[in-house]
Amino acid sequence: MEQKVGVYVCSDCGIGDALNLEALENIARNEYRADVVKTAPFLCSQEGSQIIKDDINNEDINTIIVAGCSARFNTDAFDFDPLKFVVERVNLRDHIVWTQTPKADQPSEAEEAAPAEAESADSQAGGEEAETEAGAAEPAGEAEASAGDSSAAVNENTQEMAEDHLRMGMVRAKKSELPKPQIEEINKTILVIGGGATGISSALESAAAGYDVVLVEKEAELGGWARKMYKILPDKPPFEQTRKPDIDEKIKSVQDNDKIRVITGANVKKTAGEPGKYEVTVSHNSSSETINAGSIVLAIGWKPYNADRLGHMGYGKFPNVITNVEMEERTSASGGQITRPSDGKQATRVAFIQCAGQRDPEHLPYCSTVCCLTSLKQATYVTESDPEAAAFIIYKDMRTPGLYEEFYKTSQDNPGVMLTKGEVTSISEDETGNIILEIDNTILGEKVMVAADMLVLATGMVTNALPAHIEDVTDLTPEYVGQWRETETQDGIIKEVIADPVVLNLEYRQGPEMPYLKYGFPDSHFICFPYETRRTGIYAAGAVRAPMTAMQSVNDGGGAALKAIQCLELTAQGMSVHPRVGDMSFPEINFTNCTQCRRCTVECPFGVLDEDEKGTPKTNTFRCRRCGTCMGACPQRIISFNNYSVGMIADQMKAIKVPEEDDKPRIVALICENDAYPALDIAGLNRMNISPFYRFISMRCLGGTNLVWIADALSAGIEGFLLIGCRFDDEYQCHFIKGSKAANERLGKVQETLSRLMLESERVTQVELAMNEWDRLPQIMEDFAEQLKEFGPNPFKGF
Amino acid sequence: MADKVLIIGGGMSGITSAVEAAEAGLETVIVERNPYLGGRVSQLYKYFPKLCPPYCGLEINFRRIKQNPKISFYTQAEVQSVSGSEGDFTAAVQVNPRYVTEKCTNCGECAEACPSERPNDFNFNMDTTKAVYLPHDLAYPMRYVLDRAACGSGCQACADACGYGAIDLEMQTRTVEINASSIVMATGWNPYDASRIENINFATIPNVITNVMMERLAAPNGPTKGKIIRPSDGKEVKSIAFAQCAGSRDENNLPYCSSICCMASLKQATYLRDTAEDSTAEIFYIDLRAPGKYEDFLRKLEEDENVTMTKGKVAAIEEDAATGDPVVTVEDILGGGKIKKQFDMVVLASGMEPAAKSASIPVDAAYEANGFVDAENLPPGIFAAGVSRRPDDVATSVQDATGAALRSVQSSAKTPAVAGEKAGGN
Repeated sequence: MEQKVGVYVCSDCGIGDALNLEALENIARNEYRADVVKTAPFLCSQEGSQIIKDDINNEDINTIIVAGCSARFNTDAFDFDPLKFVVERVNLRDHIVWTQTPKADQPSEAEEAAPAEAESADSQAGGEEAETEAGAAEPAGEAEASAGDSSAAVNENTQEMAEDHLRMGMVRAKKSELPKPQIEEINKTILVIGGGATGISSALESAAAGYDVVLVEKEAELGGWARKMYKILPDKPPFEQTRKPDIDEKIKSVQDNDKIRVITGANVKKTAGEPGKYEVTVSHNSSSETINAGSIVLAIGWKPYNADRLGHMGYGKFPNVITNVEMEERTSASGGQITRPSDGKQATRVAFIQCAGQRDPEHLPYCSTVCCLTSLKQATYVTESDPEAAAFIIYKDMRTPGLYEEFYKTSQDNPGVMLTKGEVTSISEDETGNIILEIDNTILGEKVMVAADMLVLATGMVTNALPAHIEDVTDLTPEYVGQWRETETQDGIIKEVIADPVVLNLEYRQGPEMPYLKYGFPDSHFICFPYETRRTGIYAAGAVRAPMTAMQSVNDGGGAALKAIQCLELTAQGMSVHPRVGDMSFPEINFTNCTQCRRCTVECPFGVLDEDEKGTPKTNTFRCRRCGTCMGACPQRIISFNNYSVGMIADQMKAIKVPEEDDKPRIVALICENDAYPALDIAGLNRMNISPFYRFISMRCLGGTNLVWIADALSAGIEGFLLIGCRFDDEYQCHFIKGSKAANERLGKVQETLSRLMLESERVTQVELAMNEWDRLPQIMEDFAEQLKEFGPNPFKGF
Repeated sequence: MADKVLIIGGGMSGITSAVEAAEAGLETVIVERNPYLGGRVSQLYKYFPKLCPPYCGLEINFRRIKQNPKISFYTQAEVQSVSGSEGDFTAAVQVNPRYVTEKCTNCGECAEACPSERPNDFNFNMDTTKAVYLPHDLAYPMRYVLDRAACGSGCQACADACGYGAIDLEMQTRTVEINASSIVMATGWNPYDASRIENINFATIPNVITNVMMERLAAPNGPTKGKIIRPSDGKEVKSIAFAQCAGSRDENNLPYCSSICCMASLKQATYLRDTAEDSTAEIFYIDLRAPGKYEDFLRKLEEDENVTMTKGKVAAIEEDAATGDPVVTVEDILGGGKIKKQFDMVVLASGMEPAAKSASIPVDAAYEANGFVDAENLPPGIFAAGVSRRPDDVATSVQDATGAALRSVQSSAKTPAVAGEKAGGN
C-alpha cells in the first residue's frame, strides 16, 4: 500500500502548555514528509476524531499518528480498522508532559534548569503564546510563582523528549505495514484426551456448544476414578450428603451423543501440527488411525501417590494399613461392607491419617485438596456400615473450604466420627492385627492411644502428566522429565532437557509434552488466566493440572472446552489467542540468511518453531502468540512481523537526536507494553517527575529485545539502555512466560561484550517491575541515569 | 432474537465471562453497579500466592475489552427487571448519572477545583476524595465521577473548571433495554460486616481493621500511600494479630468457610514483614486452609520466625486505653485455657458474603441457604459465575466464569436463528 501519513497533535490536557507544538508539527512535516499535519484541541472529542476521519475520506490518509494521550486511553476515538489503517499513538501526555510538568505542590526540578532554558526557549516561545493563555486559568498559585515564566517558555528538555518521541512514532508508523491475516480452512473438531469425569465433562460441554468431539480413553471403559467410587462427595447445596455416583448416566449421554466419537483402549502415538490442523495418531486394537482435530483438551487426571514409599506409616508392613483409594475400591466391591484385609473381619473401628505423604517435603510437598473431604466421606461408609462402628480422623488442618464446611459439620454432628488435630508419633500392630496409634498434641489432651481394626492412609494425588515411573516429585528437572543434553551450535552451547514422552507425543521441537510447573503439574502460572498453558490450542483440565475435587474437575472440563472452542474460532479468523487476542500479524523468516543457530526454536516460550535436522526453523503460525521473542533471539535479524521488526525499532533509535552536550545524555528505555507502559502512565497520572533524558520504546514483550540494537545505539551515542519488564524467576509475571527471562539471558551476553570493549556492562540493565510498583519508577530511572553520569560519556559518542 | 449475553456484574468473574464468550464469537454486555469495572480485585494490593498485582491481569482484560467490538458495558447501572426466557430475555437496566461524560480526558482539573469532599468508599472510607473523583489509578473507564450527594448546594466549580465541557450537572437517570439470549450472574461478594461479630468491637476500636482494609493500607494508591500505620494515631505498625474466621465458620455469622481468608492473612503477613525486619505477625486460626500448591506459600511463612501461627479462636478484643492497642483474648484449642495478648493492630479475616443476597437481583434465580446462587437449579439460559455461586479464590472464580461463558455459547447454539445470524456475521 502506498502510505499517506497524517499526523495529529493534540494541544489539550496541558500538552499545548508544556510543548512547542509548532516545532513538533515542523518535524512531522519537514523531517518525515507527512502528508497532513494538524494540531487540534481535544483530539479525542467527536470533533477531534472527525478531523482524522475527514482526512481519511478526503486525503486518503491510511497511516495515522496521534500525538496526544496514552495509547491505553480514548481507544474508541482512534479505533480505525486495523486491516485498513496503521495507527500509532505517541504518548506525549502521560509519559512526557505529565511526568515533566511539576504539580503545584511538588518541589520543582524545573527551577534549577530554568536559567539555562530561558534563552534557548526564546526562539520557540512565539508560537506558544496562544496556548498558554488557555492555560492561565490554572488555579494553582504556586505553579505560577515557580513556573511563571517557564510556562510561557517551554522547557527545552521536555520539548526534546517530545520531539524524539514524535520522531520515533513517525518511524514506527512509516515502517508498519497492514497485517495480512493468515486464513485457512481449519478443522474444528475438539480432541479430548482422557475419559474420566473431567474429559467426559469437556466432551459433553463441547458437543452441546455444537462442536464435534473425539474422546480418547486409554482404559477399556470411560469413567476413570469416578467408576471406582462407592459414593461421591456432595456437589450441590446444601453440601451435606454423599450420594451414589452418576457417572454411568454421564457415560451413557456421551455414548448417545452423535457429535461425540469415543475411542477406548486407545493411546495417542503422535500429535503433529498446530491449532486448527492437528493430525493425531491414535492406536487402538492394534491398529492406528489419524484423527484430524483443531484443538485439544488434556484431561488425563491423576494417580495416587505410591504408598510403598509410606512404610514408616505401616503401609506394606501391616496388612490392615490401606490407602484411601483401596478403601474406596474395597467398599465399592463389598457394596458398603467394611472389612479388613488381614482376616476379612468386619472393621468397626477405622482410623484415618490425613496428609499421608502430603504437606511433607520428603513426599508430596503440596496439599492434595480432596483428602480431608475423602476421609470425611469414607468415615460415613464406616458409620453407615454398622451403627456401633466408629471412625477416627487425625488431621493437621481440616481443609473443607467454602460450602464444603457444611459437609464437615455433618461429620462433626455424626456421633460415630471422632476428629482431632494431632501428630501421629507411632504406628504399630498388635497380635490381633489391630493397628495401634500413638497421637500427640491433640484436642483431647497430650498423648492419646488409639487401637483400630484398620488404618486408612489419606494419600495424595500425583499428576498423570508425569511419566509413570516418576515417584518423587520433589526433585524434577525443569519443565519436562528427561535427560539433560548439550548441543554445540555456532552461537554457543544450548543446554536443555530432552523430555520423556508421556501422553501427547507432540511433534514439537521443544518436547513431546506440555511443560510443567512445580511438582509436574502442567498448570497455568497466571491467577487471572488459569487456562494459559504453554502450548497454544492444548488446554489442561482437571487433576492433571492441579489437585482438585471431582466437582471442580467437572467445572474445569467446561472451562477448558471453552478455551478450545475459542482457539478454533480465533484461529479461523487468522487471529492470535490470549494475551494478544485478535492480533493478525505473525512472524516471517527470511531463510536465505538463516545460519541454523536454533536460537529461535529454543527460546520461543510456546514451542511454536520446529526445526529440521540442520536446524532450519519451520514456523507454525497458528501456534504463535505474537510476542516477538523469536525476533529478539535471532542474531541474523531475519525474523520480522510486518508491523514489528528489528529494523523498525533500530530505526526508532536512530531517530533519536543525540546532542553534543554531555549534560544531555540520551537513555533508551525498552518498556513492556503490558505492565511497564501502564505503570509509567500511572506515574504520569500521579504527576511524578521522571528524568527527561529517557526515550521510551514500547515492546510487545522484552523477549523481543535484539542485541543488535544495543551495539547500534551505543555507537550512535546513546548512553545506556534500561529494559523495564516483568518479573522472570519462578514466580514470573511475564505474560509470555519466558520473554523477560530470555531478554535477561541475552543481556548477560551483551554485558560480556561491553566489558571486552572496556565499556561498563551496567550501561545495559534490566529491571523487573510489577504494575503496582509505578511509584518506584522515578527513582529507578533516576538511579540509572545517575549511574550513567558517573560512568562519564559513552566513549563511542561522536564516532 | 438476540445473540447476546447479559452479564450482571463487572468484577473479575463478569469480565472474564464477557471476554471469554466474546472471543468465542458472542456479543456480550456487562452491567456493573460501580463506576468502574474490576470489582473487588481492583481493591487488592497483591494476589496470593505469587504476590503479583491484580492490576496486571485487569490491564490485559481491559485491553481485551477495548479492542473487541463485541463487548460493551454500562457502569453505575443496575438491572431493574428481567422478562422472557432463554433465547429471548429482555432486561431493563437503570443507568445512574455519572455527571461526567465521555468527553472527560481525566486531566484532573475538576478535582483541583472541587471544594467538597466525600468518604472514599474504594479505600473503605479510610480517607476522602473530592466530590468529583477518579475512582482509582487503573479505573476503567478512565473517567471522573461526580458524587452529587457530596456537592455543596449550587456549586458548579467542577463544571466551570472543566475545559472540555465534560461535566453535565443535569444528567439524568436513564433506562436502557437489553435483549439477551442468556444471562450470567456474576454478582460477586461483599466483605462481611465485622461489626456484627460479638465481642470483637470492630466498630469501637480504631486499631481493629478488616482484611479488605488491610489491602488498601498496603497499596501504594491507598489512603496511606502504602504505609502500614495505625488508624488511631498514625503510628507505624510493628505487630499484627490476624484473627481468622472472623465471621466465617460461625453459626451466628457466616456458617460456611470463606475459602480465601487463610491465604489472605498469610499474604498480608508478608505485607507487614516487608516493612521492617523486627515486625511480627501472629495468626490465630481454627484450621490453616492452604489447599493444593498454596501449601508452599504456607511453608514459606512458617519458616519466618517472626510469623507465629497459633491454633485458637479470637473470642474477644478490647482496647488498652493508655496505648490504643487492641488486646485479644484467644481460646487456646490445643493448650486449653485462654491467651491474652496485646498488639499494635488486629486484622480481622472477615469473610465473603454473597452480594446478590442484599442486592435483590431481579432474576428468577434459586439461592442456597446462605444466599449463594444455586447454579444447579437455575432456569434455562441463566447461569452463575464466580463467588456468586460459592466463596472461592480468584483463579477458581475465573475458571468458573470461563465455564459460564461456555454455557452462554451453548445457549446461543440452541437457537437456529442465531446460528444463521452468526454465519452471516462472519
